[in-house]
Amino acid sequence: MNWVSQNLGFIAGLLSDHIVFSLVPVVIGLVLAIPLGWLANRAGVGRTVVVNLAGLLYTIPSLALFVFLPVVLGTGILDPVNVIVALTVYSLALLVRTVADALEAVPPVLVDAATAMGYAPVRRFLAVELPVSVPVILAGVRVAAVSSISLVTVGSVIGFGGLGQMFTDGFQRDITAEVVAGIVLVVALALVVDGLLLLVGRLLTPWDRAARATRQGATA
Amino acid sequence: MIEFRGVTKRFPDGTVAVDALDLVVDSGRITVFVGPSGCGKTTSLRMINRMIEPSSGSISVEGTDIMSRDAAELRRGIGYVIQQAGLFPHRTILDNVATVPLLLGWNKKQARERAAELMDTVGLAPEMAKRYPAQLSGGQQQRVGVARALAADPPVLLMDEPFSAVDPIVRETLQDELLRLQSELGKTIVFVTHDIDEAIKLGDKVAVFRTGGRLAQYDEPGVLLSRPADDFVDSFVGRDRGYRGLGFLSSAGLPIGDLPTVALGDRLPSEGWALVVDGEHRPLGWVDRGSGPVDEAALVPGGSLYDAGSGSLRAALDAALSSPAGRGVAVDGDGRVLGSIGADDVLRALADARSDENVA
Ligand SMILES: Nc1ncnc2c1ncn2[C@@H]1O[C@H](COP(=O)(O)OP(=O)(O)OP(=O)(O)O)[C@@H](O)[C@H]1O
Ligand SMILES: [Mg+2]
Repeated sequence: MNWVSQNLGFIAGLLSDHIVFSLVPVVIGLVLAIPLGWLANRAGVGRTVVVNLAGLLYTIPSLALFVFLPVVLGTGILDPVNVIVALTVYSLALLVRTVADALEAVPPVLVDAATAMGYAPVRRFLAVELPVSVPVILAGVRVAAVSSISLVTVGSVIGFGGLGQMFTDGFQRDITAEVVAGIVLVVALALVVDGLLLLVGRLLTPWDRAARATRQGATA
Repeated sequence: MIEFRGVTKRFPDGTVAVDALDLVVDSGRITVFVGPSGCGKTTSLRMINRMIEPSSGSISVEGTDIMSRDAAELRRGIGYVIQQAGLFPHRTILDNVATVPLLLGWNKKQARERAAELMDTVGLAPEMAKRYPAQLSGGQQQRVGVARALAADPPVLLMDEPFSAVDPIVRETLQDELLRLQSELGKTIVFVTHDIDEAIKLGDKVAVFRTGGRLAQYDEPGVLLSRPADDFVDSFVGRDRGYRGLGFLSSAGLPIGDLPTVALGDRLPSEGWALVVDGEHRPLGWVDRGSGPVDEAALVPGGSLYDAGSGSLRAALDAALSSPAGRGVAVDGDGRVLGSIGADDVLRALADARSDENVA
């Protein structure tokens, strides 16, 4: 582990790259997925199209996307924008579906009640449908974040930054400590991010826990 | 006043849910829509706040055609209560109740103060304010639903089977409280139910719908019971309608006869049944024989009592039938014994009421 203590600066740089490359796409993906999921959920045909398109995007191999994007975007081969865009596509594909499903699961009686109280559609969406969907959407965001963190390592293989560089570099130069540290850090990062999201979810939805506690109390 | 003029609703699949409905809902009264499942009650109700739009015909609220108003704005002025309460699970009880005032642009503090006031009005303890809907019983949630609908003090209240998901005892309490609230608030209430007893209990006027969305009869509940328009209404109104109809006739004209009364510890004044009363002349029970002083062990529990000032013929008849002595005990507003009546007095009063009606 000597290697680690001698290269703390290098590792810190890779870690921060990794965080940016993996989480910025999730944030952008979520911001885009909410209006798209809303649209998908409103129009019957639109829903099938959006959800299937999203499913299709998700099947494109990540390596292919990393290589292919510079051609489409006109960016340099190793421009970090490529990673961000590629992972945004994945996050979006995953999250559009989640948002559409979450919105569909909002009980119609709630939407009805909100309409009858005098909510116009957009305000109703922001004040009722979206908040009620938070637990489901957040579960999707956790999956998207963890898979994004692991996908960044694929980018490292073809030379993008991030903790994955420690695998390739460690193998090439035969430094076992570097490879092991890389793996440990990626896993740790995934766990920490997942835990933080869980915590944020708890704070955002105290009502959800109240409902669960009541249900458990009722069945116990 | 809410007026339906030739209102028809045909759904895209061809179902005619409401067929050429003409009906006037009086201001400040409770109007009940009742009928078998699928007869178009909910559809009629939801056309009032434009949750469903009529295929033809028009609806006006207080003289204004509802189609001329912005839908969301119209709805903020019409309270709406539904069966499953439909509370927002992510908001506290207080914030649920404050919904419409906030939509109307009140500031948060005012809206919450108003909400707390409404919680009190519908009988919810202040400590419920911070809870979430999932932490309340069905009956409590229903009260929140009513409070939320009333929060902005709308003149019109629409209620779609609001009490049908709670147990019979809670339902009865909620019904009684609705009547009490209404006597204070005087809202224009349209209440949907498939339970004819609920309709008769709550309605100032009852509209009976038949399948296919047609109005079968629109009358006061007493008239519905005494003169159903046709066989459908007759069978829908159901068993015992003659007896239930007595509930709408006043007992005020009944001749109240003497009733032998006795205090605990005294001797029976005469042969036969006597009513034992306390120092305030309130009934304790009956005794029928024995020569010694009346003691508590000899008391036979009495039947129901009826209030000679405000009671119905139904209450009077029940008092007579349920009394061990065969005499119904009439009491005043404070529960003091006035005298007694017999079942035959009730029947005679009924016959008189009928002949008056025929003369009129
Ligand atoms: N959106 C819709 N599309 C097609 N048909 C509908 C729709 N909504 C209601 N209907 C039909 O219209 C008729 C009246 O429905 P409505 O909900 O008004 O009945 P209801 O009297 O409220 O019945 P219930 O007592 O069961 O609530 C029914 O036959 C129903 O199936
Ligand atoms: Mg209905």
